[in-house]
Amino acid sequence: MKLLSLTGRNLKEGFRDPIVVILSVAQPVFYLILFNSIARSDPAAPDIFDLAYFIPGIILFCFGLLTLFMGLLLARDRQRAFLTRLLVSPLRTIDFVLSYLLALIPMALFQVAACLITGLILGLALNWGVLFSLIVFIPLAVSCTALGIVSGSLFSENAAPAIGSLFVVVITFLGGVWMDLGILGGLFERIAYLLPFAHAVDAGRLLFQGASLGEIGIQLAWVYGYGILFVFIGVASFRWKTRP
Amino acid sequence: MKGFYEEGQPAVLIKNLTREFGRGLFAVDNLDLEIKKGEIFALLGPNGAGKTTSIKMLSCLLRPTAGTAEVFGRDIIKNPGEVKKIINVSPQETAVSLNLNARENLVLMGKVYGLSQKMARKQAEKHLEIMDLKTRAGEPVKRFSGGMLRRLNLAMALVSNPKVLFLDEPTIGLDAKSRRSLWKLIDSFRGEKTVLLTTHYLEEADALSDRLGIIDKGKLVALGTSEELKRKLAGLQTMKVRGDNLNPELIQILREIYPEVIPFEGGLEIKGEKIIFDEVVDLLRSKGVRINWLSMEEPSLDEIYLKITGGGKQNEIA
Ligand SMILES: Nc1ncnc2c1ncn2[C@@H]1O[C@H](COP(=O)(O)OP(=O)(O)OP(=O)(O)O)[C@@H](O)[C@H]1O
Ligand SMILES: [Mg+2]
Repeated sequence: MKLLSLTGRNLKEGFRDPIVVILSVAQPVFYLILFNSIARSDPAAPDIFDLAYFIPGIILFCFGLLTLFMGLLLARDRQRAFLTRLLVSPLRTIDFVLSYLLALIPMALFQVAACLITGLILGLALNWGVLFSLIVFIPLAVSCTALGIVSGSLFSENAAPAIGSLFVVVITFLGGVWMDLGILGGLFERIAYLLPFAHAVDAGRLLFQGASLGEIGIQLAWVYGYGILFVFIGVASFRWKTRP
Repeated sequence: MKGFYEEGQPAVLIKNLTREFGRGLFAVDNLDLEIKKGEIFALLGPNGAGKTTSIKMLSCLLRPTAGTAEVFGRDIIKNPGEVKKIINVSPQETAVSLNLNARENLVLMGKVYGLSQKMARKQAEKHLEIMDLKTRAGEPVKRFSGGMLRRLNLAMALVSNPKVLFLDEPTIGLDAKSRRSLWKLIDSFRGEKTVLLTTHYLEEADALSDRLGIIDKGKLVALGTSEELKRKLAGLQTMKVRGDNLNPELIQILREIYPEVIPFEGGLEIKGEKIIFDEVVDLLRSKGVRINWLSMEEPSLDEIYLKITGGGKQNEIA
């Protein structure tokens, strides 16, 4: 009850502004259309312009925006004393963190739906893998939101959006969204595969191309493992910043 | 209540409460204070005196570096969870959710404190009414004026119906009418809720509080009812008279009665611990004085405040 009301509040506070919704949904949809148009006009365009290849990457980009918004929302609540008011109440740390995480899940689902529907309209082949891909995207969304909690806990209202933008750039590069990781070279590639983002995008791509869940076991392990770690770090940084 | 509080004990018991920021900066320095159940207590003090820091410690937001406090028998360090259930705070900074409307802000606060949806709605409507925000209740509060935000800020501390209220400068930024109506509201809590409020406005402390404390550089430098403080610390009443025929003989007689009699152009200023109005007027008349104008001034809390905080009064003090 308490948790749900706070979740509702965070959802409203974060996304009642239409601009935020437009930015976080229209922007990725625009990239989808753009990349698709490049692929059509140039039959020799590399794989990366293929819908089944590109959509999972764009979904990672979407979730990067969630990190940014989450960071901004929390940093603002901290700095403008709203959080102070809640910290006086009998809520527990876990209530706070969950309320922020849960608030972004509907937004993440909305983003995924927008990308998939656009993809299907543009000619993405619908298969079970496309539907099952939520099994990767949900923990990925939770990871990104949890990192937003870290950023919102540690940085100011002014710094959090900048950190968030940087984060979007970094994870999309390391996720192999804009170019094949092979092009980035050995060191980058190795770093990329030590983090969950490239694994998540790979898993999405495999599923979209018809792979079964069994074939993405390793990627899932990376994504879920990091998901738990990031939530843990999120809780810890929130607790650290709000301790008496 | 069981196990924590026994009737007759202070509602808020502050024991050597201290907060040191960095080495040597004592924001609150060995504060000892008891606030009775149902009492309205005002904490007055200049900027940086330690008022907000005290409230933060009492509301379990900030850990004291020494000492502690009990709220209805619950220790703020050992038992913050129990303290939080029975208190609420109206922070000095306006703390509202800007994209929500006023009603949503209030309902949220009710639910966070465990009220049912129905009860939270009821409390929200009641406080929208009290704070005169009903007609604007559905608008996002980012469109509110400063005064409206302040009223909402206070209302958000009230919906949970706390036993103990900490109000950090509740009326700052309000116009005279809103301020008076908030005074009336806070006054209505007397006997029902225990209230600790901080303020820079001396008339506010004077009008509202059962007792007040003056804090300066983290230390409590005066404590009592406003009457007691006036009597103890300022002392002198002042009478000013303008009139014709204020002769030296009269001044001589007055000087035998009152410690200070100061003539000025066309008039006299008389100071004394207790000036008896009729006595002075009769005396003046009997000596043939025609009184044109006369005023009596009680010692003001202002004077006392300036005296003990060493003139550290800031512009914002009305
Ligand atoms: N987090 C902090 N770190 C360091 N110093 C602090 C911190 N918070 C408060 N102080 C210092 O403690 C002292 C008391 O501050 P406090 O906010 O309690 O004053 P106040 O009486 O509420 O003043 P005002 O009337 O201006 O609100 C000030 O010197 C302030 O700079
Ligand atoms: Mg203050």
